[in-house]
Amino acid sequence: MELQEKVVKLVSEATKMDAANINLNTSFVDDLNLDSLDMVELMMKMEDEFGVEIPEDETENLKSVGDVVNYLKAKSH
Amino acid sequence: MKLNRVAVTGLGAICGLGHNLNEIWANAIAGKPGISTLENQNTENWPVNFGGEVKNFSLSPDLMDLKDQDRFDRFNQFALHSTQEALTQSGLLEAKYNPAKIGVIFGTGLGGFPHIEMHHKTFLEKGARRVSPFFIPSVIPNMAEGLVSIKWGFMGINFAVASACASSAHAIGLAATEIMMGRQDAMVTGGTEAVITPYTIAGFASMKALSKRVDEPARASRPYDTERDGFVMGEGAGILILENYDKAVARGAKIIAEIVGFGASSDANHITAPHPEGAGANICISQALELSGIRKEEVGYINTHGTSTPLGDIAEIQAIKKAFGDHAKNLTLSSTKSMTGHLLGAAGGLESIMCIKALETGMIPPTINVDNQDPECDLFVTPNQSVKRDIQYALNNSFGFGGTNSSTIFKKA
Repeated sequence: MELQEKVVKLVSEATKMDAANINLNTSFVDDLNLDSLDMVELMMKMEDEFGVEIPEDETENLKSVGDVVNYLKAKSH
Repeated sequence: MKLNRVAVTGLGAICGLGHNLNEIWANAIAGKPGISTLENQNTENWPVNFGGEVKNFSLSPDLMDLKDQDRFDRFNQFALHSTQEALTQSGLLEAKYNPAKIGVIFGTGLGGFPHIEMHHKTFLEKGARRVSPFFIPSVIPNMAEGLVSIKWGFMGINFAVASACASSAHAIGLAATEIMMGRQDAMVTGGTEAVITPYTIAGFASMKALSKRVDEPARASRPYDTERDGFVMGEGAGILILENYDKAVARGAKIIAEIVGFGASSDANHITAPHPEGAGANICISQALELSGIRKEEVGYINTHGTSTPLGDIAEIQAIKKAFGDHAKNLTLSSTKSMTGHLLGAAGGLESIMCIKALETGMIPPTINVDNQDPECDLFVTPNQSVKRDIQYALNNSFGFGGTNSSTIFKKA
């Protein structure tokens, strides 16, 4: 599975939103209505799934699905 | 100071006897046991594998987003489910009360034990960085009140009462007091509990508090029977809508019953064992009678605490005899825990509702499984079959570890 597809699937499972409505431009706050606790939980799931550690000050910059995909791509290089 | 009258205008409940009050009441009057082998979890290696379990429960997504349903522990979800039922009956949402004058007080004995166990397992296995940010919000005992206030916009008083198995009876007493004093116009009250977990069962089993009748679960909860050997764990919620009586009448609400008396006391004796002569229980029954202003001869029915423990059942009967004197032998008693199991912190909510339904319908639910009544519990306990009684006042007793006691008196509408 592509990285993007995996991230979308995870976001879809965590938010119970249809994956078809989630794309790179989807904003966690504006489109998915996530609050700060939702974000902490989502980042934990990302860390578990991709085996990375996302520092707290980095998560503040991850505002959309695309931000997360780019961040994870950069981490893997 | 003149106190406001307190009306009950809505009821909602869930327990092993059903997911709504109509179903529960029909089963209770029929004397059906709501106790069976546990099915919701794998109970291998549990000391006891039966209880008054709620089967096939799922909360309506209208009451909680699906994504939140995995996050918030079961006691929260029972509270939302039964509050919805009680609100629908009362019509409270159509009433024109100031939101600041509608409060929520529930009783919960233990809080979110299932999720405490679940998150603790994650903590031990994966470390602190994997502990969910929803762990604390899910398990704190007052989150049920928080969720109800958020769902329906009730901005009045809002907190949880913890007094073990008397929690929701104390909650109802406090909620009624808020209305009597005029601080609130309406209250959502009662209690919720859902702690059927391996850890909790092990704890109660170590205390020798639980029945071990694993071969006959439906006959395990048997208050006042000579063969009783402990309580049976139940789960569920019992929610009441209370209103300022005059305001409820003014808005055209149907009054189901009235709360006229409430007493609370302590045994000051032992952490878990009841006072052998029911000294503290006698005090709170007498206090409730005094506040109500009625003669003790006017009380017709008592829904007893009656947990089916060898000592507790006798102590309560002693307290009732002491408080009611000669009238004790004319009283109709029953312990509906024989059918529902012990809902712990939610027991007082559900059993207050049983009192109210008895007043409303003139039917007294039985104490089932009384094959040989203990001679030390020699009052009329409505053995095995419901009876008709046209009663005017009913009293609910709830007692808790720590030696805490509560009695509430309801009047027929």
